[in-house]
Amino acid sequence: MIELLIFLGLIGIGFGAGRWNETRHLRSLAEREAALRDIMVTNLRTLPENWTVTRAELVAANVVIALDYFKTIAASLKSLLGGNLGAFETLTDRARREATVRVLEEARALGANAVWNLRIETAVLGHGDKPSGIELIAYGTAVRAE
Amino acid sequence: MVLVNTETVPGRQILEVKGLVQGNTVRAKHVGRDIMAGLKNIVGGELKGYTELLTESRREATARMMAQAQELGANAIVNVRFATSSISAGAAELYAYGTAVVLSE
Repeated sequence: MIELLIFLGLIGIGFGAGRWNETRHLRSLAEREAALRDIMVTNLRTLPENWTVTRAELVAANVVIALDYFKTIAASLKSLLGGNLGAFETLTDRARREATVRVLEEARALGANAVWNLRIETAVLGHGDKPSGIELIAYGTAVRAE
Repeated sequence: MVLVNTETVPGRQILEVKGLVQGNTVRAKHVGRDIMAGLKNIVGGELKGYTELLTESRREATARMMAQAQELGANAIVNVRFATSSISAGAAELYAYGTAVVLSE
């Protein structure tokens, strides 16, 4: 009985706090992305030939995002039925946007106006079918071009 | 040393290719961070402790790769790539690799 209460309690906390965290994170992402919109980002490997580049430097950033309890349970129930795991989709999307924003912020600090050849790698932390979080690493070449 | 993940460095020429250089680190997080992460798994959000850990690992792997390039007499590494994998529950590996080259001034 007590175990059931703890379980339900954790789901409740996970749902409430997870949702709150997510809303806050999405709001902060939207603001920072808007401020960095003038930096051009591509995953092209070569620069346009008519550009004069004054500096080029590697920029990289990473982020680890945790699953909340509600999402873990929701996803394990959902994976019995198959289909889209919406809970994980928003999680990976947030992590990816966060890592990209951090790369752009680093590029801005270097005075760059474009990031070329942006690559994004994902890794799962934790063991087997019980992931504790996902790690995202984004990197690219920050260039200052006229 | 110039590091880029493009195949060429804009405005400079590659005079000589020295070959592949690489660096890796495997780091484990300490128990305190693990407990914090366990709590974070209830409420969700960013695992700042792990983010820092992996940032340090990335720097370390990059530094090892640069040391190799230096030994080969290169002054730049082009086409740098990073890869992460979790090799056991408590440890993550970070791997950096690229091609060491000599650039024109």
